[in-house]
Amino acid sequence: MESSGATKLQDSSLQNPVDQGSNAALNRPRRRTQTSGELQSQPTNLRVARPQVLEAKHVVKAYRKNNHEVPVLRGCDFEAASGQMTAILGQSGSGKSTLLHLLGTLDVPDSGEISYAGQRIDNLSRRERDKFRNAQLGMIFQFYHLLPELTALQNVLIPLLIREGVLSYFGRRKEIRGQAVELLERVGLGHRIHHKPREMSGGEMQRAAIARALISEPELLLADEPTGNLDRENGDSILRLLRELNSESDLTIVMVTHDESIAQRCDAIVHLEDGRVVEQTRC
Amino acid sequence: MYRWLLCWRYLRTRYIALASVVSVTLGVATLIIVNSVMDGFTSEMQNRMHGILSDVIIKSQVRGGLSNPEEKRQQIRALLGDQLEGMTSVVHVPAMVMIEHQGQTLTRQINLIGIDTDTYADVSDFSKYLLHPENKQQLSFLLRETGYAEDGDLHDAGWEYRRLKARRMKELQELRRRNEMLIKSMESAANEKHSGATGQSGESTSLGEPSPVIGPPAVGAVALGAPAISDEGAAAQSTERSAEPEQDDGTQQRLAFPASPFGENSEIATVTAPSNAVGGSPLPEFDQGLTTEEEQAAKFDAETQQWAGIVMGISIASIPYRQDGEVLDYYYARPGDDVRVTFPSAGAMTTAVHEKFTIVDFYESKMSEYDSTFAFVPIDRLQSALGMVDEEVSSIQLKLKEGADLAQVRDLLQATYPPGVTGLEISTWRDLQGPLLAAVQMETTILNILLFLIIAVAGFGILATFFMIVVEKTKDIGILKSLGAGGYGVASIFLGYGVLLGAFGAGVGAIAGLVFVANINTVADVLEGVTGREVFDPTIYYFETIPTIVHPSMVVSVIIGAIIIAVLASVLPSIRAARMHPVRALRYE
Repeated sequence: MESSGATKLQDSSLQNPVDQGSNAALNRPRRRTQTSGELQSQPTNLRVARPQVLEAKHVVKAYRKNNHEVPVLRGCDFEAASGQMTAILGQSGSGKSTLLHLLGTLDVPDSGEISYAGQRIDNLSRRERDKFRNAQLGMIFQFYHLLPELTALQNVLIPLLIREGVLSYFGRRKEIRGQAVELLERVGLGHRIHHKPREMSGGEMQRAAIARALISEPELLLADEPTGNLDRENGDSILRLLRELNSESDLTIVMVTHDESIAQRCDAIVHLEDGRVVEQTRC
Repeated sequence: MYRWLLCWRYLRTRYIALASVVSVTLGVATLIIVNSVMDGFTSEMQNRMHGILSDVIIKSQVRGGLSNPEEKRQQIRALLGDQLEGMTSVVHVPAMVMIEHQGQTLTRQINLIGIDTDTYADVSDFSKYLLHPENKQQLSFLLRETGYAEDGDLHDAGWEYRRLKARRMKELQELRRRNEMLIKSMESAANEKHSGATGQSGESTSLGEPSPVIGPPAVGAVALGAPAISDEGAAAQSTERSAEPEQDDGTQQRLAFPASPFGENSEIATVTAPSNAVGGSPLPEFDQGLTTEEEQAAKFDAETQQWAGIVMGISIASIPYRQDGEVLDYYYARPGDDVRVTFPSAGAMTTAVHEKFTIVDFYESKMSEYDSTFAFVPIDRLQSALGMVDEEVSSIQLKLKEGADLAQVRDLLQATYPPGVTGLEISTWRDLQGPLLAAVQMETTILNILLFLIIAVAGFGILATFFMIVVEKTKDIGILKSLGAGGYGVASIFLGYGVLLGAFGAGVGAIAGLVFVANINTVADVLEGVTGREVFDPTIYYFETIPTIVHPSMVVSVIIGAIIIAVLASVLPSIRAARMHPVRALRYE
């Protein structure tokens, strides 16, 4: 089912939601008014009333190190509104990256709930989480995390390659590649399509990573300090790009940063300190 | 899809992994070479064994042989019907052959086999291994004129050689006789004149030149004359003996003669040729009727007659030696020479039977066991010499139609002729050569196991390398997982990588092995040139070149085995990769 209509996933789920009934969490928030009931319970200082698309409730996470429990998140609550840019701001070790990983289902919380579009995603099976990450989520990292052996185009294609089998890939090769090239041009890397990561600058690599995150047309983008390794100029342009994507296609972005100035350019800021959310502000 | 892309990428960018499959390559190549050579040897050996042994052998354990063989033959024919292709009877007896060579008698232990020339070729490839091309078509126990070999030592073998030899022998006898006579006459003269011994010795030294004084004397006259003149017993006896036309003693005397035969003799031959030519040179088609009776033996003329023919295994009459790196055979005897064979008679009171045979051909199967012990003579000749008056045979050999089940036929025959009752031993050729075949088989198996262990060791190399690559790729694994790749997918990258590497290593190894096998003799020559040591000694193996057979199924199974080992070695690293936690993998520095 997934392989048959990968990029059309959104449409197919719209037309035939029963199709994905086995995994309701993968359904996109189709009508935002659906969750409008929650709107009243949200802080009223939001500029535009937006439904919550991503939520974490009382999330607790600890890492084990030499039989020592090192608590990272101690009952953390988090919400991100659909179509907004939310920044998670905190010092190093405040647990902001861990929170992002939990939101991105890369890890599971010790306790607490994480839900996406009203569906819990923290208790999904490993395979369902893999599918969720692959189809519903885009992720970018501070160190870009491109595969060094592959060209920019191939890196961008990876999420689709993961989803598609060999046969269906070759069946739709042109379409998929066209999509990837289009995305690379969109992020301004039209001239770097066949370059390997080591032949690109940091900014270019981050753009490629953004293109990769967007290839499966997600509605949610998780960014782990996307500008942390870039100079101000490149960082600015990356932020501008994210902003554009956010406003053009209503992309929900959750961004982790320790830089107050960057956080200020987002729609909402969640201050994290010592594993707890201490303050939520709206810009 | 991404797995194939990635493992292809890894294959093209991680050359260190290729180093780890070098041992797979070597193992596969060695396996293919060893198997090909062993198969070549085995099949060559089997062909030869099978060729000479026929399919099924019914052998009588009873002394004196299998009586009434014709009845048995008919029974067998009725029993086997369609399956039977050919049948022959043979008589075999352990024997000793004596070969005269340069005045010495060489003795060899042989297995004397009486064969029926009409049917023996039906059951075995016997005639294929004969030297003379006409004998290959149809064996005849009559000596051929010539043509045993294009060149080499045997090029003059046959009647040509026999005539020349007989003539020289006669000349020598003649010369000797004259010499004796001369000495006798001088002795008698000396006795009469009471002169000293100096004269005698002086005369005897000049015996190399034929004395014109004494013309070609009549043999009888000299023989009779000598004792009349002589008064010394010993001298007279020796003269008498040499005068006897019996071939055998004459030969011994001749060969005992200190002078080396040919160089000097050719000169003598030219001088004395006219006298002999009168009686001997125009040889009409003499009926070389086999003459055994004493009076006939006495009349035997080696120049025009032959004894019963014998086909000897080539190694009985020759030894291989090496000259300038080439392996040559030195022949003690060749077609045209006479040999004496001694064997026990078949009667109740066993006596030694002496028979003379003329070598009519050599048998060269390249199986040293056969070539050095088998000698074939006409069956009727052997039967009569052994005293088998009722034409008893030692064994009946059967050739079955292609595809017949040998073991089944053997069992059927065994049921018909229970060994306990009839004293018949019924076996297939495989039964007879079982131990040897089993030994070769075991050798092959053990070599295969050992070489597969080498590939298994290579597997550990792959394992280590793969672990290294997985650790190196930790971050990439984390990235893939963060993008939604499952554990299976990640594991299959490395499994696929193992398959590709294994296939690559095995493929290269197979190609290298096949190329090596195809040029194995060239390689052996080159190695020989480089190391100065002979790699393949034809004097030991009886093969001119290294025989090889490549069974495609063997190559395929070796390749598959190597790939399986490579895959097994990549399983552990793959599992490790699959279990890697995405967050920890992403954070890995």
